[in-house]
Amino acid sequence: MQPVEQRDEVEMLSLMLLIRRFEERASQQYQAQKIGGFCHLYIGQEAVVTGAVAAVRDDDYIITAYRDHAHALARGTSPDACMAELFGKETGCSRGLGGSMHFFDKQRHMYGGHAIVAAHIPLAVGLAFAIKYRGEDRVTLCFFGDGAINQGAFHEALNLAALYRLPIVFICENNLFAMGTSVQRSTSLRQIVDRAEGYDIPGEIVDGMNFREVRDKVAEMVDSIRKEPHPAFLEVRTYRYRGHSMSDPASYRTKQELEKYRLDDPITRLRAQLTREGKLTNEQFDLLDKRAKETVLAAVKFAEKSPQPPLDTLYDYTYANGPVAAGRSPTKSDKSAADRAATTEQGR
Amino acid sequence: MREITYRQALNEALAEELERDPNVFLMGEEVAEYQGAYKVSHGLLERFGPRRIIDTPISENGFAGLGVGAAMVGLRPIIEFMTFSFSLVAFDQVVNNAPNMYTMSGGQFNIPITFRGPNGPAHQLGATHSHATENFYASVPGLKVCTPATPRDAKGLLKTAVRDNNPVLVLESELLYSSKGMVEPPDEELLIPLGKAEVKREGSDVSIICYSQTVPLALNVAAQLEEDDISAEIVDLRSIKPLDEKAIFDSVTKTHRVVIVEQDHPFCGVGAEVCYRIQKNIFDALDAPIIRVSQEDVPMPYNERLEKAVLPNADKLVAAVKQVCYA
Repeated sequence: MQPVEQRDEVEMLSLMLLIRRFEERASQQYQAQKIGGFCHLYIGQEAVVTGAVAAVRDDDYIITAYRDHAHALARGTSPDACMAELFGKETGCSRGLGGSMHFFDKQRHMYGGHAIVAAHIPLAVGLAFAIKYRGEDRVTLCFFGDGAINQGAFHEALNLAALYRLPIVFICENNLFAMGTSVQRSTSLRQIVDRAEGYDIPGEIVDGMNFREVRDKVAEMVDSIRKEPHPAFLEVRTYRYRGHSMSDPASYRTKQELEKYRLDDPITRLRAQLTREGKLTNEQFDLLDKRAKETVLAAVKFAEKSPQPPLDTLYDYTYANGPVAAGRSPTKSDKSAADRAATTEQGR
Repeated sequence: MREITYRQALNEALAEELERDPNVFLMGEEVAEYQGAYKVSHGLLERFGPRRIIDTPISENGFAGLGVGAAMVGLRPIIEFMTFSFSLVAFDQVVNNAPNMYTMSGGQFNIPITFRGPNGPAHQLGATHSHATENFYASVPGLKVCTPATPRDAKGLLKTAVRDNNPVLVLESELLYSSKGMVEPPDEELLIPLGKAEVKREGSDVSIICYSQTVPLALNVAAQLEEDDISAEIVDLRSIKPLDEKAIFDSVTKTHRVVIVEQDHPFCGVGAEVCYRIQKNIFDALDAPIIRVSQEDVPMPYNERLEKAVLPNADKLVAAVKQVCYA
């Protein structure tokens, strides 16, 4: 496996560009009503997941909340599969059954995509529990927003992780707003990282607009965890340029505030660092960006032409080991699920 | 066969599954050092060690979720709720995470987890500790729910639940833990499939459909009804979901009269579903309207006399049977 510190920064910049262009295109397709439900964009926060993923191995576990497109892309899930999921297509990373908030990729150890705030944090602790149970040296990265830290599940999970000394990094992506409510208006603490102290978990703060800072801090924590399993907590200070979801105009903050953060853009920053060090030319950057845009456009085309999940598979993903659904006959042996779905009786 | 208690039967099931599969572990409040609040896990810590028999803090949401996460990567957790009344604190994990994962991930992650513990009213525990949760959970697609009434069923169903690749709730009963029954010896593998009811007593005049705590009640009433020349067939559902429609229909086709005695509430209770399916599928087999005996539709009072008035009992069941038999 490739040692993480060797991962090419130009490649990671390219990934950040892919995430940004993907989200911009998702926004456009949402407005064109090609994407349904809720859709939460990651624009502005790209350095967080990119930095964190750059610091771990491919077989480490990652899990996140509903702002999850970037986490799948960062793990290497194809933009085609991600866009197709947004379109609800069978070729999507969750076969079109999950949608924007429920991206999964088992092969790449991406454990979702979870839409109830903080409900996945106990799951993350379970992933870490399994690592320790089996005596492996993997680490779980658990991402969540600043809104999650006021849910009971968060507190129970941190206590369990500390009590059982589990290998997990809790990564709080503090973008300053829990939906439309600012951290100051929702959290009693002066700084979020202090929550960790209450559970005797070491915690640190990093600048989430700085790829290198995130990567290096996560790498340091993961290194320590691999030597001796324990939980760690990282508050990553970041900012989302868009509203909480596509339906949120974000009128709870000023244009000046947004502009201030835009000037500190994570992509611009990494680009400047690399340019200054002679590792990237303007032409190369433009080429990377052009490629990212082309990849995403191709993903939209792929999603558009992909098939819908067939109606007769409606009952196939309720119970594992075949459609032995409770109290009803197997899917394909009686009349078609399409007929059944059209009735309220559902075959009873 | 030998006679053991319901509690011992569950303990044997746990021990056998822990022995068989290293991915199985037991987690819950006081399951290890305290030996289980109801002693169901007695001796397991000593035998399997603290890696696999794990005490938790009082954090149902946290440890139920931990189990779901561990199941995502192939472990087979058995999560004990000290009572299913406390599972309500973990409702989000049991209802939102465990059964939805397989669908939401497009079939990538099944959740082989067992949630178990006592369910239903016990004795004067008051409103918060007396919940019969079977109808809540059975209404959720992706969950399976079983309700063993005898030591044999408790052992066989729990072992099957642990081996199932889906989330299964084994709803035990505090009032049944000390009850005794005949069970195969430990060297004989006992697996009882989910979704298979059992006729606990044959009869010809009326089908009494029951499960969990209402099974011993129905068996007592059946003996009593014999004196009135009414022959009652006792159908123990054993699983609420999947529901064994065939066993129900076979019995009703024979007796033509039905009383459903359930331990949950009347509104949207298990009996409502059973009743619907009977009338929809074998309406012509019925000679009388179906009657349900359930709890009264009130939160459980502490007072003993009032509690008895809330619960299904022999008098209510006998009256219902006589009504459907026009006796």
